[in-house]
Amino acid sequence: MLSSVRTLWYTFLHLFQPNVTVQYPDEMPYLAPRYRGRIVLTRDPDGEERCVSCNLCAVACPVDCISLQKTEHEGRWYPEFFRINFSRCIFCGFCEEACPTYAIQLTPDFEMSEYNRQNLVYEKEDLLISGTGKYPDYNFYRVSGLAIPGKDKGEAEHERPPIDVRALLP
Amino acid sequence: MSVPHEILAGLLNIVLGLAFLLVVAALLTWVERRLLGFFQDRPGPNRVGPFGILQVAADGIKLLFKQDWIPPFADAGVFVLAPAIAMVTVMLAMAIIPATPAIGIIGNLNIGVLFFLAMSGLGVYSVVLAGWSSNNKFSLLGGMRAAAQMVSYEVFMGLALLGVVMLAGSFNLTDIVHGQRHMWYVVPQFLGCIIFFLGGIAETHRLPFDLPEGESELGAGFHTEYSGMKFGMFFVGEYIGIMLVSAMTTVLFLGGWYGPILPPFMWFGIKTGLLVCFFILLRAALPRPRYDQFMAFGWKLLLPLTLLNILVTGALMLGLPAST
Ligand code: SF4
Ligand code: SF4
Repeated sequence: MLSSVRTLWYTFLHLFQPNVTVQYPDEMPYLAPRYRGRIVLTRDPDGEERCVSCNLCAVACPVDCISLQKTEHEGRWYPEFFRINFSRCIFCGFCEEACPTYAIQLTPDFEMSEYNRQNLVYEKEDLLISGTGKYPDYNFYRVSGLAIPGKDKGEAEHERPPIDVRALLP
Repeated sequence: MSVPHEILAGLLNIVLGLAFLLVVAALLTWVERRLLGFFQDRPGPNRVGPFGILQVAADGIKLLFKQDWIPPFADAGVFVLAPAIAMVTVMLAMAIIPATPAIGIIGNLNIGVLFFLAMSGLGVYSVVLAGWSSNNKFSLLGGMRAAAQMVSYEVFMGLALLGVVMLAGSFNLTDIVHGQRHMWYVVPQFLGCIIFFLGGIAETHRLPFDLPEGESELGAGFHTEYSGMKFGMFFVGEYIGIMLVSAMTTVLFLGGWYGPILPPFMWFGIKTGLLVCFFILLRAALPRPRYDQFMAFGWKLLLPLTLLNILVTGALMLGLPAST
């Protein structure tokens, strides 16, 4: 009985507390930089596409909404097309976790409504941005051992020259 | 052919009074939602019109344009009748409230208190018939609970009133208010006031005593099958019921229109309004008791207390004749 009266009083005091509501369209909420919103494909610091078409993101995606096709150009792999169906994406961020090259990243933008469902299918042109996203210095081909034009084996950062397995000297 | 002036004036009074009631009841839905919002640290509906006040209009239009659906398995006649009863009884009961000696429809009725009790007794039918005619087990359960709850709480409500009637020596609400010129009856009849208010909450089946509706267990209880304006009528009835209980409490215990400085009708409005806000606070704060707890609370605690109240009041009135 008394506890009911106390409850009444505490509830009454809430009348004088500020509202916690963020009145969204008038007042933008603060979203953390790591908020999981619209997905982008980033480029490395040299301005090349980071994505190497490894398909890991497509495999990791629990709702299978990523589809892509590999193509090759001067020893590098690129996606020929890269398609994300945002009407199925659940913004779990697994694709970002899976990506070995930091290519695919989620951004704090969530305002993607469309009147036509088809418009929610984003192609590579829609996804690819010109910046590096959250990892400004990372460049996959500079640190990987893969030989590409202009960089042979053993020339990547933190990489020792390859061992000549036929030589007898230690 | 000429109609006597008194009849015309009376009709006008009734129509205006009822229209005013309906408008205030509609506005109350908005007040309630805003206030509930503030109690819960959020703004409530504030988009439509200034402060969201046009939300009322939007809701009304929405309800009017909803399909007026009568389920094929329902008993159509009774199904339609039930919400009408809900509204008519509370509005009739509202007619006897004297806001001031001048404002009010039949504030001077010499059986005012009895009429109020009779009307709130009739109000039970709306809920019971709605539950029965819907032909749905949740509705029926709600209707049964409503019958038990309202019939038993009506007892305490009536008995709690008796103290006031004894003090004032009249069933006439205007006389009862006149009797409070020097002291509000809430002072000598504090227990009676609390019990009357509790009974009033149970009568209007508002939270925390909304067992007939009990969203979390019965869907929506007796009005599960209702939609559109019939549902709206239940709600208008409920809100007028809130006003009715608040106004009755004001008239019976809080000195009606008496108060310093401000004009009488404002005092009446302020007191009633604060009580209505208290109803909303109750809704925001308290959980619903279990059904058996609720009935036990009524019969085992409130009934003896009410009887004791009457006994002590009567004994004191006999013992200290000078005070009356
Ligand atoms: S965020 Fe999740 S659902 Fe969306 S594309 Fe990435 S892995 Fe798939
Ligand atoms: S995981 Fe990264 S690199 Fe691999 S296909 Fe997806 S976006 Fe491209």
